[in-house]
Amino acid sequence: MKKEKFTIVTFLCNWCSYEGADRAGSARLNCPANIRVIRVMCSGRVEPQFVIQAFRDGASGVLILGCHPGDCHYKKGNYKARRRIILLKKTLKQFGIEQDRVRLDWVSASEGTRFAKIANEMADTIKQLGPLSELEALN
Amino acid sequence: MAKPKVAFYWCASCGGCEEAIVDLNEDILKVVELVDIVFWPCAMDFKYQDVRNMKDNEITVAFINGAIRTDEQEEMANLLRKKSQLVIAFGACSHMGGIPGLANFWDKETIFESSYGKDCPSVDNPDNIVPLTISSVPEGELKLPAFHNTVKSLDQVIDVDYYIPGCSPAPYLTMKAIGAILAGELPKKGTVLAPEKSLCDVCERNETKPEKMSLTKIKRISEVIADPEKCFLAEGIICLGPVTIAGCTNEGSGRCITANMPCRGCYGPPPKITDVGVKMISALASIIGLEGEENMSEEEVEQLMSQIEDPAGYFYRFSLPKSLLRRKRMN
Repeated sequence: MKKEKFTIVTFLCNWCSYEGADRAGSARLNCPANIRVIRVMCSGRVEPQFVIQAFRDGASGVLILGCHPGDCHYKKGNYKARRRIILLKKTLKQFGIEQDRVRLDWVSASEGTRFAKIANEMADTIKQLGPLSELEALN
Repeated sequence: MAKPKVAFYWCASCGGCEEAIVDLNEDILKVVELVDIVFWPCAMDFKYQDVRNMKDNEITVAFINGAIRTDEQEEMANLLRKKSQLVIAFGACSHMGGIPGLANFWDKETIFESSYGKDCPSVDNPDNIVPLTISSVPEGELKLPAFHNTVKSLDQVIDVDYYIPGCSPAPYLTMKAIGAILAGELPKKGTVLAPEKSLCDVCERNETKPEKMSLTKIKRISEVIADPEKCFLAEGIICLGPVTIAGCTNEGSGRCITANMPCRGCYGPPPKITDVGVKMISALASIIGLEGEENMSEEEVEQLMSQIEDPAGYFYRFSLPKSLLRRKRMN
């Protein structure tokens, strides 16, 4: 397989999306090699700072996956994530960072195929956008 | 024993920090009694050469205000660092980049274009003349300080010992800092010489804040007359109090709040916050549109959040160069 030179930091919620990714793995679905998974208890745990820090540390994209609306283990964490990420994306745009570099979506524990689909879509998007080279220079 | 020597210098700033020194009022006489002012271009006649002629570490403390925008400022910051035992970043601009730091949403080219270019309505410049670092004239060569692409805070250029925050710093904080320096009772290097509590912690309006907030309408302070007693955030007016330290007044709610204006964040964040903007995004996402969130569509949430017109400019008004991203990426 050809080595890709970009990384997508992927935050997966413990209760739905991590299980979903696991299912994609056991079903041997094709997933991009660029994703680096970080398991968090809830998509609502992902602070905007995590996303920006990921970019500063060299990530080209950040994918955040949580339970579908209404299914959050903590009832409302994913709603909070939704509001945060919308505002964060607007802010990132003002910094000249393409909004498509951040994606928040929902994957349930049974949706292995959906996980693989989203991960592959994200990898394609980031491949087109290229790396965030100017930010690396800050470190 | 000779009196301790003190220097003041300004970089990219408005002059308000010099005012803040003058605002010490009669107290400045006490200061002058205790120290020798050896350099203060704004108020007294000294030349750069006077500083160059000094021995290293001869100055006890240098107060430098303003952000770093040109190579002259950078050179003077370095020179004062070499000649001073202590360097204090004085005021929001040298602490975090301040208002001049907002220029980091553009670059040198776009700034020159809007200041000298043909699209600037108040400029008549058909030959497109722009300031050059070196220009040749019949009499010889003229040199101007080079203009940097990115505005920096003082500590991004030189080693800074302490910070006195604020736009401009409250005189009582300045007096306290001078007292601490003279008495040799300084805290750990790198400390911001102000209270560590957030503004909300001391704000008298905090009592009016409801247990649970769920805002549906964000108002801009220019569009409404705020209730003089109620919490701004509870009213839907964005106030940076949660992510800003108290200290702009010795007691009570703070300068802007007392004047019925929301906090704009000039004192910077409490010690554990590294980036004001991202924290404010979290804070606002926790209080906007909670009611009925289960039934909201993606578009409805987007519409709700889109009421915040200029999040980056508002949240990083005083701290853009010190934010995690520091500047806009220009393609």
